[in-house]
Amino acid sequence: MNIQLNAAPEAVESSAVAPSVSAAPLPFYWSLRRELWENRSIYLAPLAVAGVVLFGFFATLRHLPATMRAASALDPMRRHELIEQPFDMAAGLIMVTFLIVAVFYCLDALHGERRDRSILFWKSLPVSDLTVVLSKATIPFLILPLFTVAVTVVTQLIMAAFGSAVLIANGQGIATTWSELSFFRMSLLLLYHIFTVHVLLEAPMYAWMLMVSSWARRATFIWAFVPPFAICVLEKMLFNTSHFALMLLDRLTGGMEALSAPGTMPMDPTTETTVAKFLTSPSLWIGLAITAAFLFAAVRLRRYRGPI
Amino acid sequence: MACIEARGLRKAFGATVALDGIDLRVEEGRILGIVGPNGAGKTTALNAILGLTSYQGELRVLGRDPWNERDRLMCDVSFIADVAVLPRWARVSQLLDYISGVHPRFDRAKAESFLGRTSIHRASKVQELSKGMVAQLHLAIVMAIDARLLVLDEPTLGLDILFRKQFYDSLLNDYFDRSRTILVATHQVEEVEHVLTDLMFIDRGKIVFQSSMDEVESRYVEVMVRPEQIAAARALKPMYERQGIGGSVLLFDGADRKQLAAMGDVRAPSISDLFIAVIGNHAQAQGATR
Repeated sequence: MNIQLNAAPEAVESSAVAPSVSAAPLPFYWSLRRELWENRSIYLAPLAVAGVVLFGFFATLRHLPATMRAASALDPMRRHELIEQPFDMAAGLIMVTFLIVAVFYCLDALHGERRDRSILFWKSLPVSDLTVVLSKATIPFLILPLFTVAVTVVTQLIMAAFGSAVLIANGQGIATTWSELSFFRMSLLLLYHIFTVHVLLEAPMYAWMLMVSSWARRATFIWAFVPPFAICVLEKMLFNTSHFALMLLDRLTGGMEALSAPGTMPMDPTTETTVAKFLTSPSLWIGLAITAAFLFAAVRLRRYRGPI
Repeated sequence: MACIEARGLRKAFGATVALDGIDLRVEEGRILGIVGPNGAGKTTALNAILGLTSYQGELRVLGRDPWNERDRLMCDVSFIADVAVLPRWARVSQLLDYISGVHPRFDRAKAESFLGRTSIHRASKVQELSKGMVAQLHLAIVMAIDARLLVLDEPTLGLDILFRKQFYDSLLNDYFDRSRTILVATHQVEEVEHVLTDLMFIDRGKIVFQSSMDEVESRYVEVMVRPEQIAAARALKPMYERQGIGGSVLLFDGADRKQLAAMGDVRAPSISDLFIAVIGNHAQAQGATR
């Protein structure tokens, strides 16, 4: 109430001095804010999963001293695995949540506003279709991955802190835990992994879904998944080959040939050759070109699209 | 400069022609009412003006091409294309934040003051508001935008009579000045009748009538003809004849008022009577050519 009372004379004053002049418009920033207001699952889902992970971890904390005692008897490789296991699991679960949220977000992003007819309101404002589509693409390409990494790191730190507290309370040392867990390295790996595999390599997939959501009148999920599946089936039936399916699989799991060691995902940024190979692989750039094409199509489609 | 200028505006959806070569010029400072039967092309015409639909032909709105410059055009144009298009998930305060953030001509203090007259809370979500309140909110937003052109397409559809009256009252009293232009398409003709400066009828994608309200008042006259004068009245070639409660009502275009006054009660026709006369004749003419 106080705020309102204080703000009122100011507002009157400013409108008297300079009517209809507000701060410079920031359409992209506010379009992003709009996405976060509308799609609260972007941050609620990873937080909820982090909460479940922590709850599960707390429930097993009483076994920790025994586990650590057993671990000290193991060889260093196995010990490292055992200590890191719960932290990797937490990261994995939050990552899967990120993927699910990103898929559902993209499939609804340009469809929801047509379904509830609010596109007629959004289009009445001086915000271009390009700004809208780019702000929506920013969610899976930047906001969600960054938030996922942040939630994961915080979750892991909480796990480590509580784990250490339990160990100290039991009179055990925590040196082993902290020497096996290199947080900086783990977080950097996560950041690298999420932006190489789940953003850069999978970018065409998100862009495709954004385009479908701006094109399809209904059933965006079916329109997004049936055509690729149909291509795979047709290819198999007509030519008895699976190039398209393998290509999709390759892309979704991290583009094997782009990396130094076949069969491993781009997990480790510590070797420079991996980064260089990744960034110079033609398949990455072809994928990004396809991404740009899909996004451009989504921008054009939004101009033609009205409420459904 | 004309606010809206269209030449040969055409739009077809498959085999259906929604706009069949419309020529239109709307000067600044007018309030133009667009009236037409369902499917006449009103909404298509407005959508073309707002850059919501593609078209053939020439169209300039405030000197811009709406289809290719919608975002820039929207700095100077605001519209209510339909009732209840505000995003249902949004809070009132979020909408105000967003519009302040993207619109250079939005005066938030003004919007707040309009909202102060209603029972709408800033923390409410749009989905919690009644239909009438959503319309009030949208109107408050639109009136706080210092636009040169305001386009309203059935802005009061489905609202009760009290809200509808208020809606047009605030539009006239708090928003309209001679520098702005307003376009309004509606079925509820009697409500906008006293608001308009210009009138246009659209039927089957064509403009079938276009006139200023001053001209409508001076040109058209309706006479409740006494039964004994009916033959004489018909000889003056009325546009339209209908049966009223007390006898035949004949509508004349540009007839001598003194002569008509001798035949019965003379009065100005309402827009809806004029509409029925014009559209009825248009439909007959169309039938004859087929």
